[in-house]
Amino acid sequence: MTAWIALVLVGLMLGAAVLVLYLDNLVAAIAAASVVSLLLSLLFALLAAPDVALTEAAVGAGLSGAVLALGLRRLGLIDLGKREYPDA
Amino acid sequence: MNPPDLITILISGGIGLVAIGAVGMAVSRHLLRLVLALAIAEAGANLLLVLAGYRWDAVAPILTGATVTRPMVDPVPQALVLTAIVIGVGVQALAVALLIRVKEAYGTLDIRELKTRVEQEICGAAGIAPPESANKPGGGQPYPVPVTTSRESA
Amino acid sequence: MHKLASLLFAIGLAALLIGLAAQLPLGMTPMVVGQAILEQAPGETGSANIVTSVVLAYRGIDTLGELAILFAAATVAGLVLAPSIHAESRLRAKPRHDAGLVLRAGSDLLFPLLLSVGFYIVLHGHLTPGGGFQGGVVLAAAFFVSFLARPARQPSHVGIVLIEALAGASFIGIGLAALLGGGAFLQPVLDKGTLGQLVSAGSLPLLYLAVGLKVGAELSGLLAHLAE
Repeated sequence: MTAWIALVLVGLMLGAAVLVLYLDNLVAAIAAASVVSLLLSLLFALLAAPDVALTEAAVGAGLSGAVLALGLRRLGLIDLGKREYPDA
Repeated sequence: MNPPDLITILISGGIGLVAIGAVGMAVSRHLLRLVLALAIAEAGANLLLVLAGYRWDAVAPILTGATVTRPMVDPVPQALVLTAIVIGVGVQALAVALLIRVKEAYGTLDIRELKTRVEQEICGAAGIAPPESANKPGGGQPYPVPVTTSRESA
Repeated sequence: MHKLASLLFAIGLAALLIGLAAQLPLGMTPMVVGQAILEQAPGETGSANIVTSVVLAYRGIDTLGELAILFAAATVAGLVLAPSIHAESRLRAKPRHDAGLVLRAGSDLLFPLLLSVGFYIVLHGHLTPGGGFQGGVVLAAAFFVSFLARPARQPSHVGIVLIEALAGASFIGIGLAALLGGGAFLQPVLDKGTLGQLVSAGSLPLLYLAVGLKVGAELSGLLAHLAE
């Protein structure tokens, strides 16, 4: 049972990681990176590492997304709904 | 249908994250996407490290009673990864701050445009013309005179 | 061509890592150091969470180094982001308006909740999963939410720096106190108490409180710098 859950989580995580590289919208790419961290924290919980899971959920999924989004705002690239960067 | 092996799935997940991050760092032209790819590769490395201390028959290293009843997983890699995650976000914040300065200084975050602009700036400061192609010498110097041996000219 | 080369590189890297991982005894690690720590840690530190005793007691100097790295990263980020002398004319002097009613009410509701959850995680680091780093991030999030709702009311930079400096100094001070008591640097001091009680594990909760305050102050300062 645990193995099936892990299979689904790993599949979603790798899919989100590929999306980080291929989404045109940088806001969406940052959101996909946060999804990778969130699924990774669930995997840490499966691996009997609750401390690491808590850290990854707070730091990787929460704070890192906030830092990147604020940086995007300072860079002037935050533009929801528009393709701001043509290159993948 | 037999359930797949948990360790195999997790190893492939960690190695997949590292590989995707490495490809992202190699192919991405936008500097912010490079930072994101670095974060993904780091996440994969953290997963592999935690996996190195995992035992399939063990519980989390937290005591619930006075005595140890079941075997526990190795706490040392977990402490290491805890440290690595927090340092990772510090590095990421520093990278974003540097990106903001790069954007202020050069007005672009595309790696190829940045390269030409930095080259132009260096050449401008040195007072030489920017190199137009790899085959032509920079600085407006003439081509080297082709060496002809006396036997050919004769 | 470039993408093909990168793809080949990734396949090679993955094959190399798979080859390495196939040789490791994953899933039934021998754990020589880990087994020794698991056997001795509860008696030596009195902390129910063994990861905490590794982070703060057995590898305490490593944690001090991590705090130094985080401090350096936050300081350099602030230094890089500070407006330069030449950019004075480009300083945006536009007035900052408060966010809408929903965001303001939500932040008023969330601020005390996040603050108490953050301190709970910090102070129970030796009993349950969690500790200074995780709780510090939650504390920084509490201040950041209220900053997002009311950008005009910034947290004072002097206060942030003061909290950070005091927390860092007290972390080193507890380590030096152990040295004065005849032990090694950062060796746990004070009474170990009963395993599983809130007031137990000697100086470990105090060390984690210092770590939590330092991380929280550093990260909220960093977020405020980035949001300016």
